[in-house]
Amino acid sequence: MSLSLFLVQVFNGLQYGLILFLIASGLTLIFGIMGIINLAHGAFYMLGAYVAFGIAQSSGSLVLAVLGAVATMAALGFVIERVLIGRLYNRNHLDQVLITFGLILVFDEAQRIIWGSDVHSVAIPPALSSSFQVSDIMAFSYYRIFVTVVCAVLAVTMALVIQKTKLGMWIRAGASNREMVSSLGVDINMLFALVFAAGAALTGFAGAISVPLTSVSPGMGDAIIIISFVVVVIGGVGSIKGAFFGALLIGLADTFGRVLLPQFSSFLVYAIMAGVLLWRPQGLFARA
Amino acid sequence: MTFFNNRWGYLIGAVIVALVAAFPLLKGTMNANLHEFFLQQITYIMIFGLLCMSLDLLVGIVGLVSMGHAAFYGLGAYLLILLTPQYSTPSILTTIPLVLGGVAAIALVIGAFALRTSGLYFIMVTLAVGQMFYYFFNDSKLAGGSDGVYLFAKPTLEIGGRTLINLESKVQFFYVSLGVLLVSFAILRLMLESPFGKVIRGIGINEYRTRGLGYDVYFYKLIAFVIAAVFAGLAGVLGAVQYGFVNPSMLGWHMSGIALVTVILGGMGSLIGPVLGAAFIEVIRYALEHATQHWLLLFGSLIIIMVLAFPRGLAGLGEQLAPLFRKSRAGAEAKPLPEKVDA
Repeated sequence: MSLSLFLVQVFNGLQYGLILFLIASGLTLIFGIMGIINLAHGAFYMLGAYVAFGIAQSSGSLVLAVLGAVATMAALGFVIERVLIGRLYNRNHLDQVLITFGLILVFDEAQRIIWGSDVHSVAIPPALSSSFQVSDIMAFSYYRIFVTVVCAVLAVTMALVIQKTKLGMWIRAGASNREMVSSLGVDINMLFALVFAAGAALTGFAGAISVPLTSVSPGMGDAIIIISFVVVVIGGVGSIKGAFFGALLIGLADTFGRVLLPQFSSFLVYAIMAGVLLWRPQGLFARA
Repeated sequence: MTFFNNRWGYLIGAVIVALVAAFPLLKGTMNANLHEFFLQQITYIMIFGLLCMSLDLLVGIVGLVSMGHAAFYGLGAYLLILLTPQYSTPSILTTIPLVLGGVAAIALVIGAFALRTSGLYFIMVTLAVGQMFYYFFNDSKLAGGSDGVYLFAKPTLEIGGRTLINLESKVQFFYVSLGVLLVSFAILRLMLESPFGKVIRGIGINEYRTRGLGYDVYFYKLIAFVIAAVFAGLAGVLGAVQYGFVNPSMLGWHMSGIALVTVILGGMGSLIGPVLGAAFIEVIRYALEHATQHWLLLFGSLIIIMVLAFPRGLAGLGEQLAPLFRKSRAGAEAKPLPEKVDA
């Protein structure tokens, strides 16, 4: 493998890993803080992508499409938390699995009703459509560079919000003792609804911004949710740091797997998960 | 479900089995196509019911929520095709034990990893492993990829050159499926009464206390996981034989999810409840499918409403309502809800 090919793959792996992080961070926060297993998280990714596709088709603007998708998914996440998820905090994981599984069926079918079963794609905006030549045959697409930078900025912002702000403190406190925080005067129900909405919005954003790279298709949520679960298992439930390193690890492993071991690339990710389970079943960065 | 433990329960069960077993005899009384359609549907309910019964062993008895149980159902089906010599007829006596042995071996390895986790992690790990098999059969050329693969010939039982069972016959297959379902139920019930069964039931009720009594909980859970996988594999073999065709959707998480929904609706921990749940789900599926092509939208909504409205499943609903009809004994048989599923 030449150096330029290696660098391009590292870059692609990081870019994919950062997208995975946006999805897995929402998943792990909802697990860790609210104690909810949300199978429908992948459906949020799929819906974000489809909403962005719909807006991009009618308006022609990708910026508008991404903003519209984020707003839609935040609103949808908020409503779903208030109407359904809020009833599940005192139920066992089984009921959560069933209800969010029901949501997947509803969202998948709604997607087929609204947008049909065809695969669609959206063009990369002209300003970012060229690419940066590394060598004669290797190039970084500017759009990928743009996505990577935006995702990295979001990841840093999220870490700062959770570690440094009052809101972040409430979120962390809510995770360790819900009753205590609420008796201190924090509206914990509103806080959870906001966390859930933020998770849905981040995932919707990941779906929307990936549209020019991957095209939209039914079932795209299924594939991404499984990988995101693997990321969360590797990183440790509830750990943002774990989600970050887990996502980068899986992003790189999957990208290099496709190049080096194309026959076994889909197994590589699971092999890593199996290895982590053997070594640290609670995940690499699980809280004590 | 205490219902099926008493004398009346057995009597009602026997009547239901007798009615189902008599169905093929009604051939002359209705339109032949209609009769064959019902025969196929009832056979499928029995096969799907066996899958749900095996999942109930995990979810309802041991308290392990698996979102990847259909992987073993699909593996049973795929192994039947892969382990049958090309262009030959699989034998019930040799091929099927080989298939079930293969499923058991794979389940042993997966269980050994997955059972290192519990609760949320176990759900995610089983889901991920299930999808790993889905993508393996979907992407590889080993067995037809996403198009699926046909079974060359249906298994037969031949002794001394005489064919005793030939599953090409739909009626024979109907009775074989019924027999397999009943024998599986009997085996699992007997197993639950055995010392081993008492330990795994203990794990379902309180894992920490069972461990405190000195049992190697991991080992018992692993054996239960393998047993459940083998029965799911058996259902998969029947599923492959019924339509003579296997495709990756048999392994996917939608299948696992529907099976889990069926177990909950039928009533966890009773083994027979999920079979009744399978009949119920199939009737609903049929009705919705004929009402609209977007039936999954209604089906998903129905799942959400049922879980919110009847937290203890349809069987639990029966138990909840029972005291209303038997006021004098109300409360006498009321069982406390099982503890939270291994949070």
